[in-house]
Amino acid sequence: MSGRVLVGVKRVIDYAVKIRVKPDNTGVVTDGVKHSMNPFCEIAVEEAVKLKEKKLIKEVVAVSCGPQQSQETIRTALAMGADRGIHVDVSGKDYENLGPLQVSKILAALAKQEDAQLILLGKQAIDDDCNQTGQMTAALLDWPQGTFASEVSLEGDKINLVREIDGGLEHIKINTPAVITADLRLNTPRYATLPNIMKAKKKKIVTVKPADLGVDVTSRLEVLKVEEPPQRQAGMKVETVEDLVVKLKEAGRV
Amino acid sequence: MAGLLKRALRLRTALRCLCDYSMLSRSTATLSPVDFHSPFLTCSSEQVLASTRKLHAGADGSKVSPSAAPERLPFCRVTEEDLAFFRKILAGRTIVDPDLVEPSNVDWLKSVRGSSEVLLRPQTTEEVSQILSYCNSRNLAVNPQGGNTGLVGGSVPVYDEIILSTSLMNKILNFDSISGVLTCQAGCVLENLSFYLEERDYIMPLDLGAKGSCQIGGNVATNAGGLRLLRYGSLHGTVLGLELVLADGQVLDCLSTLRKDNTGYDLKQLFIGSEGTLGVITAVSILCPRKPKSVNVVFLGCETFEQLLKTFQLCKGMLGEILSAFEFLDSECMRLLNTHLKLPNPISDCPFYIVIETSGSDPTHDAQKLHNFLEEAMTSSLVSDGTVATEEAKIKALWSLRERVTEALTHDGFTYKYDISLPVERIYQLVTDMRKHLGNRAKSVVGYGHVGDGNLHLNVTSPSKDPALLAAIEPFVYEWTASCRGSISAEHGLGLKKRNYIYYSKQSQAVALMGNIKAMLDPKGILNPYKTLPDNLKQ
Repeated sequence: MSGRVLVGVKRVIDYAVKIRVKPDNTGVVTDGVKHSMNPFCEIAVEEAVKLKEKKLIKEVVAVSCGPQQSQETIRTALAMGADRGIHVDVSGKDYENLGPLQVSKILAALAKQEDAQLILLGKQAIDDDCNQTGQMTAALLDWPQGTFASEVSLEGDKINLVREIDGGLEHIKINTPAVITADLRLNTPRYATLPNIMKAKKKKIVTVKPADLGVDVTSRLEVLKVEEPPQRQAGMKVETVEDLVVKLKEAGRV
Repeated sequence: MAGLLKRALRLRTALRCLCDYSMLSRSTATLSPVDFHSPFLTCSSEQVLASTRKLHAGADGSKVSPSAAPERLPFCRVTEEDLAFFRKILAGRTIVDPDLVEPSNVDWLKSVRGSSEVLLRPQTTEEVSQILSYCNSRNLAVNPQGGNTGLVGGSVPVYDEIILSTSLMNKILNFDSISGVLTCQAGCVLENLSFYLEERDYIMPLDLGAKGSCQIGGNVATNAGGLRLLRYGSLHGTVLGLELVLADGQVLDCLSTLRKDNTGYDLKQLFIGSEGTLGVITAVSILCPRKPKSVNVVFLGCETFEQLLKTFQLCKGMLGEILSAFEFLDSECMRLLNTHLKLPNPISDCPFYIVIETSGSDPTHDAQKLHNFLEEAMTSSLVSDGTVATEEAKIKALWSLRERVTEALTHDGFTYKYDISLPVERIYQLVTDMRKHLGNRAKSVVGYGHVGDGNLHLNVTSPSKDPALLAAIEPFVYEWTASCRGSISAEHGLGLKKRNYIYYSKQSQAVALMGNIKAMLDPKGILNPYKTLPDNLKQ
């Protein structure tokens, strides 16, 4: 048992930013827009670091698939307590078309290469809301999966998990190695403190290409069009009853 | 209107300020300006203490709070004819329903309550002009009101002054994207202006915790400071023009958008910070800075205030031109944030916390400067812990630790608020001295604020209103401030609560001249009476 955990972290547009659709409707504007780590990935990193602090696992490896800037996201994970990082370099058109299927193939390959015992992911990314990567990765590896986890505890070579589902809370016990996806209430991610930020600058990030892992990242999906949701019509406040009657008549309702 | 008659009887005897304990205003009225030795005429601190203590003794030697409301001045009362006139020009916007008027009668701190029965909501400058012209001829007092977020009781009526709300004057009139000059009506909410500008790659030159409710007219009338003053300066510099309505209804159009204009006296400067007592601001043109491409927020912990000051010096040296805010809070503030708002401490417990914000045009360049500064601060042990945020969500979270202290205090009990300007190195000494002075008479004594601007927010809480505690705090805090030649109100203004303390920070000749200007611009004194200028000034 390697005691190694792989944590996937995705670089997404910061959730506080107002999203704008590109004028040619092929996607959203990403140039010059603030990006940050997917909030659910942060929760996954926090859980991994907690397990390491409890001495239940030995090493946390942060993984991100994307262009050069993905390394910043890995650095954030390192500042939170991950030990080293792997940057899977995907850029240009390949990056635009990168989806859960390709990422899960990459993660599966890395899990085998690194002899990982646990894969921790966020339940979904806030840009595509796919909620598929964790499930697909588990299927490709034929590992058990604990998705929407709100509580995780290791018991020997098994994992006790509480899942948040529509009907309430589900308690399950799964074998390791396994894939776990983090839900909102699993934990509160820590702030990266200065001493750790300084230490993180010295930690290693290795860059690999998908081809090195034997993964083909061509997409089988084609985005036809991206458009904004229809504008919600604003309501109108009127000061007097007479105004209200006038407006109703104008709108043809009376 | 039976309701009006009933209330008229009650008005004469009702207590206005909920934190006063006596209405011996006649005694304060007999103290004339010449009785006071201004702290600046004599350098002896003993004389300062002696003369200013006179402020707090009534003619019969009894203790009177100078923040207590004075007796009602002989303005006329609102009649049915008056209401008919208002309804003619403001159909549907003349509010007399007590439930609807009530929120405008009470300040945000819920510490003062007026008994106005009329709330007017004009939409245009012309309407404001008609209202004031009429009120001036009828000798009706008027209380201009913006977002009602002021902290010195200046935004709500003391008695039955008509409330003139600018809330419906919320149109943006023009924005010049080359010069960055924004022109808008006075009732625009600060946060809405920020959103509007951010879409156009600009920001407002001021930012404060009350941004979701405060209006730009009120900000200008009170010369609001805020969190960005360190970088962009005060409203006296950023406001390029104002449109005002004077007490007699005359519209004064000084709404220039020019950066430079030396033609005659700069009248708008008189109205910036005049707290609604010289004229009603109806439109503002303000110079806005470009939105920074890179914003970083750093939250640091220091063991001593001396280290905090050294960190400030290091910060100015190494971050210099990208520094946009330098704020501090003490461990007591953090305790209140943890307890009442459940906001966790992002770093380990320290006696002092600093919030530093940098704003620049190049993320890589700024990150490098910040990294160098942080490394230096850590290796020289000026700072014992800290964290950095570059993402909007985390930046907001770190800022809320500073911005929500005021809110946390309201949950701790009745709050006595002091907003003091001091020489930077003496800022925290006042907090330490106040703690020692009060002992366990107070529940919490906290210090926080714009340390970069030399501005301390000292707050004391008690489970409920406590006149004995107030007597212990005042005049101690004002005398302490005066002895350092500080300001007893750095940015909150004087309003109702601090009007009589003006002499702690201004010479009597200066105050007398202020009175002359007020008399010239508002001979009947109808604009925001009982506020800003001390009671003993005869008009």
